[in-house]
Amino acid sequence: MTLGLFNPRRWYYILGRKKITELIILCVFIVFFYGPLIHLFILAFADKYEYPWVLPREFGIRWWEYVFKQKSLVSSMSLSFTFAFLSTAISMVICLPAAFILSRYNFKGRKLIMLSFLIGNAFPKIGLYTSIGIIYYKLGLMGTFVGVLIIHMIESMMIMIWLPTSAFRSVPRQMEEAARDVGAGPVRTFFSITLPLAWPGIAVAAVFAFIASLGENQGTLLVGLPTYKTMPVEMYGVILDYPATAGAVFALILMIPHLLLLLLLRRYIGPETLSKGFKMN
Amino acid sequence: MAEDIKLEIRNMTKKYKTGDGVENINLKVRKGELVTLLGPSGCGKTTILRTIAGFLKCDEGEILIDGKRIDHLPPEKRPTAMVFQNYNLWPHMTVYENLAFGLKLRKVPKQERDRQIKEILELVKMSGMEKKYPSQLSGGQQQRIAIARCLLLKPDVLLLDEPFSALDAKIRSQMREELRKLQIDLKITVVFVTHDQEEAMALSDRIVVMEKGHIVQVDTPANIYENPINKYVASFIGEMNFIELEDKTIAVRPEHVSVKSGEGNGIKGTVRAVMILGHYVEITVDSEYGIIKAYVPNESVVSYYPGESVTLSFSKFLEYPKDEKVVM
Ligand SMILES: Nc1ncnc2c1ncn2[C@@H]1O[C@H](COP(=O)(O)OP(=O)(O)O)[C@@H](O)[C@H]1O
Ligand SMILES: [Mg+2]
Repeated sequence: MTLGLFNPRRWYYILGRKKITELIILCVFIVFFYGPLIHLFILAFADKYEYPWVLPREFGIRWWEYVFKQKSLVSSMSLSFTFAFLSTAISMVICLPAAFILSRYNFKGRKLIMLSFLIGNAFPKIGLYTSIGIIYYKLGLMGTFVGVLIIHMIESMMIMIWLPTSAFRSVPRQMEEAARDVGAGPVRTFFSITLPLAWPGIAVAAVFAFIASLGENQGTLLVGLPTYKTMPVEMYGVILDYPATAGAVFALILMIPHLLLLLLLRRYIGPETLSKGFKMN
Repeated sequence: MAEDIKLEIRNMTKKYKTGDGVENINLKVRKGELVTLLGPSGCGKTTILRTIAGFLKCDEGEILIDGKRIDHLPPEKRPTAMVFQNYNLWPHMTVYENLAFGLKLRKVPKQERDRQIKEILELVKMSGMEKKYPSQLSGGQQQRIAIARCLLLKPDVLLLDEPFSALDAKIRSQMREELRKLQIDLKITVVFVTHDQEEAMALSDRIVVMEKGHIVQVDTPANIYENPINKYVASFIGEMNFIELEDKTIAVRPEHVSVKSGEGNGIKGTVRAVMILGHYVEITVDSEYGIIKAYVPNESVVSYYPGESVTLSFSKFLEYPKDEKVVM
């Protein structure tokens, strides 16, 4: 009875100072990290949630039905995925050959080119979009599908160059030479040996590009409005116009693709592939 | 010459931008012969092999197979096949797929392909491994498959670049024997690269000893052992005692050193160590010319003990001019 398992001093002496500090930091972290998430979940499934109750009085999927009945929200989802898919696919087609060349030929200025792909991400985006906006007005790309697509590709190009370049680099030359040796030409060698061996790195790049495109909002907001409203753009409106519960549902829906893709990443690709991907050599 | 020359390298030079490389290489390999390129790391063995396979373009000279020039052809068009030290098999393909890749390129029908793969796997003692991935195999097994992949394509010349050096000693000598047997049975022409003189001696019809991008001596293992052309070759092949005199260097194989107890006519010294190595004994003697090793038959040795005074004489020795430096 008098063991006093809840006495903090006992804990302190059982665990030691270092452990207890770690434990406290962990608890704080969990509250900060999962607190909002849990709140979001509660909100999203709260059918009846009124002051002064701390928890909802009725749980259900009323707001899910509500959100899925809003045409604009549903169409924004499909639009988001269209942009994500197209921008990833197109930047793959453009960047993979470039990445292969960057990985195989050591010409002068190779590193400069690699670095130049980072520059687009080095400035505050809003400045970049302002200048893009000026160009877009001249070219008549404002408010067009292609205009938005280009914005999304700016996001994915950097990653589509860097990760695949190092993925191609990490394919041992002798693998390719062995293929040439048994009679495969350069093209056949690329598609049968190099590409499959570099595939994990390329897949990581594709996943990142996809996620980046799904999350893109500033540029889309500037260029795409009023015709092209993707999920994150729609989110602004949702926050303003809908009840908090609907916003929660929407936020959860936004999270699903990220979670799925990250799970895929974890399942198929180790952290070393990721860290290798950002080495410049 | 009546002999059938399969591979010929004429006046070949290949220099890298750094100035390293090989120079003035001349070599003829007969049909069904196993020739080994032997030399320390960095002497240009791989460079020669890669110019034959087509991964490097030679700066000068010609490479011929069956009398026809092949040096302008890309690797996929050359009738050669190469086994690399590492990274042999494609890790994303099964053993079967690794083997079938080259056959498919040659449009061999599936049934024929399956039959040949089965046959070759039997030959390299890897039957039933079709469905395994390379990472599921040991290093030795991977090298067997790599050799099988080359043999399947019936190359005119098989090239092997230190294929066994990543394996442990026991498997290495086993693989060596098997390769030699295969090579003799199938009568294939082989150029083999190694830095291991023991491997070269055990395996080769002829050895090409290389030093710093040049060929120093080409001969049978026995002739190279008996008559190394210079101090460098003498020091590289087998055990050798070097005795520095004023005007020359004398080289003696340990088996040509005879040891007698007590004082007498010859080189004086004291026994430093006696080591029994099976059927012979290695005696290390501290002589007036430095350390000299002798191999003597087991039975005659009972009397030698460390510290004992002995006299050495040589039944056979070689002489080299003084100025040559041995690089080892
Ligand atoms: N791609 C290359 N570029 C520059 N130098 C090289 C290259 N490959 C090999 N070398 C140099 O050429 C020499 C011979 O190399 P190599 O043929 O690989 O020797 P080995 O196979 O006998 O160890 C070495 O000094 C090596 O450093
Ligand atoms: Mg080498």
